[in-house]
Amino acid sequence: MSAAQTSTFAHARYVLGENPVTLIAALLFAGYAAMAVLGPAIAPYDPLASDTMRALQAPTWAHVFGTDQLGRDILSRVIVAARVDLGIALASVVLVFAAGGLAGLAAGFFGGWVDAVVGRIADTIMAFPLFVLAMGIVAALGNTIPNIVLATAIINFPLYARVARAETMTRREAGFVDAARLSGHRDGALLVLQVLPNIMPIMVVQMSLTMGYAILNAAGLSFIGLGVRPPTAEWGIMVAEGAGFIVSGEWWIALFPGATLMLAVFCFNLLGDGLRDIADPRRRT
Amino acid sequence: MTALLELIGVSKRFPLGRRRMFSKVPPAHVHAVDDVSLGVAPGETVGLVGESGCGKSTLVRLITRLLDVTDGTISFDRREISDVPAKLFARDVDRTHIQMVFQDAGESINPRFTATDAIADPLRRLLRLKGAALQSRVEEAALQCGLPLELLGRFPHQLSGGQRARVGIARAIGTRPRLLVLDEPTAALDVSVQVTVLKLLQQLKVELGLSYIFVSHDLNVVRLLCDRVVVMYLGRIVEQGPAQAVFDAPLHPYTRSLIAAVPRLDGARSDVPRLTGEPRSPVDPDPNACRFHGRCPVGEDRCGTAMPALREFAGERFAACHLAG
Repeated sequence: MSAAQTSTFAHARYVLGENPVTLIAALLFAGYAAMAVLGPAIAPYDPLASDTMRALQAPTWAHVFGTDQLGRDILSRVIVAARVDLGIALASVVLVFAAGGLAGLAAGFFGGWVDAVVGRIADTIMAFPLFVLAMGIVAALGNTIPNIVLATAIINFPLYARVARAETMTRREAGFVDAARLSGHRDGALLVLQVLPNIMPIMVVQMSLTMGYAILNAAGLSFIGLGVRPPTAEWGIMVAEGAGFIVSGEWWIALFPGATLMLAVFCFNLLGDGLRDIADPRRRT
Repeated sequence: MTALLELIGVSKRFPLGRRRMFSKVPPAHVHAVDDVSLGVAPGETVGLVGESGCGKSTLVRLITRLLDVTDGTISFDRREISDVPAKLFARDVDRTHIQMVFQDAGESINPRFTATDAIADPLRRLLRLKGAALQSRVEEAALQCGLPLELLGRFPHQLSGGQRARVGIARAIGTRPRLLVLDEPTAALDVSVQVTVLKLLQQLKVELGLSYIFVSHDLNVVRLLCDRVVVMYLGRIVEQGPAQAVFDAPLHPYTRSLIAAVPRLDGARSDVPRLTGEPRSPVDPDPNACRFHGRCPVGEDRCGTAMPALREFAGERFAACHLAG
């Protein structure tokens, strides 16, 4: 076991060395992870403390990202917001991976009515403009964080179900499935222990890609006032609050949280490609 | 001599599509395997030959209990195993005893599994082996198949075709089966490797006291390795008997054409007419006509009105032809 782990680490190091873009994405990811985990501990100021004397200050060494209309330090708010945004995105991706991945796996493997039910659910969700659907779900259920997570997971469900279904279907007839049956696997064990590991690389890529999309979705909901409520520090709210000030020249209020958001999405998209290289044993040499 | 495996009147029919709502017409069926009876004695190698689409693969899947029979019974060591649903057979006591070597070893090994994982999988699931006991059984099986132990940590894509074939065989013999179904075990291999794999199979059979069902397109290999040969055409057995006798003097016109079609080094052509055209459709075939009728070079009118039964001939031979003998 330890030998296998060492070789995975060695392989990860090889992939990172081979591909500088993945390395950049991994470093960015490490930065975001640190922001999310440490959050308030590394923020220079209290993200909620307002000081009208210092309102609308342009970036200075004291306030690197400047201050907003209430005099709150934007850098501190950007850092603290990482935990909220990444937390929502991660929870929704894990949820949709479990639900959509398993539904797609079952649909692709068993076909028949299972496939019909999963397929129609996915079609129904896809029939809506997805962001509007997410707005509707949050508006109907109330704008709490669990509901944002749920809404983000639901709109991503078709993507996961379809990818898992397609990947499973190409392997349903594979010889190793019959071989697994001869080895004493029943359908349930076969799906989880034999087929799932084979579709994991593509699912991991999918998770990383939708992670970016989930962050955008959570921030978007907050931007239009349907997500996290002020005064909580959250990138979407900060961009929304800063948007009104751009015309009058206070660009930093919207720019820094917006750029942080953009980089986060960018980072997860790049990371998806890198993870595929690490997770796919056929790339090992 | 009691048979290790015995099939009596085994049929498999696949419906074509579902029954339409409000339709009174039942769906048509593909008769993949039709009324097949055969036995495999302990220590025997039975060759199964026939062209593509003759039902060999379906018969193999029925015997290995990956598919349920439509009609008939399959008994293993005098126990009826065909009444255990295929879904539940994975946990059956006889699962360890009937194993299979697949045609394409590369495709039949999970690409995410190392050679060790692949060989250990049936031992883990079926024999509940763990730890050192598992490891030693894996190594034993690998060595029996001539697989160097240092290759055990590799993934299938890091192995050569011959090494993959050995992994596939090691996996199949790990649980110490009594019947091994070989589905064209050498079809995906280089000619040079085919010989060594066939020798290995022959050696394992003696060492482990296995019985083989050997499915192959290569009639020369069947003649060399098999004690008995079963010839199938469109889901039915048309001829069976001792391999040497069948090859030397085939009784059924289809067998004659099949054997005549084997290329020979001296370039001599036999005077048996070559078969042309395609087999008839396996969808709801006429139960009162010989399946070979229409393509048969010697057929008569009665072949189109009466299905020939499998008749016994001298020397434990059987053929399903009105004109044989």
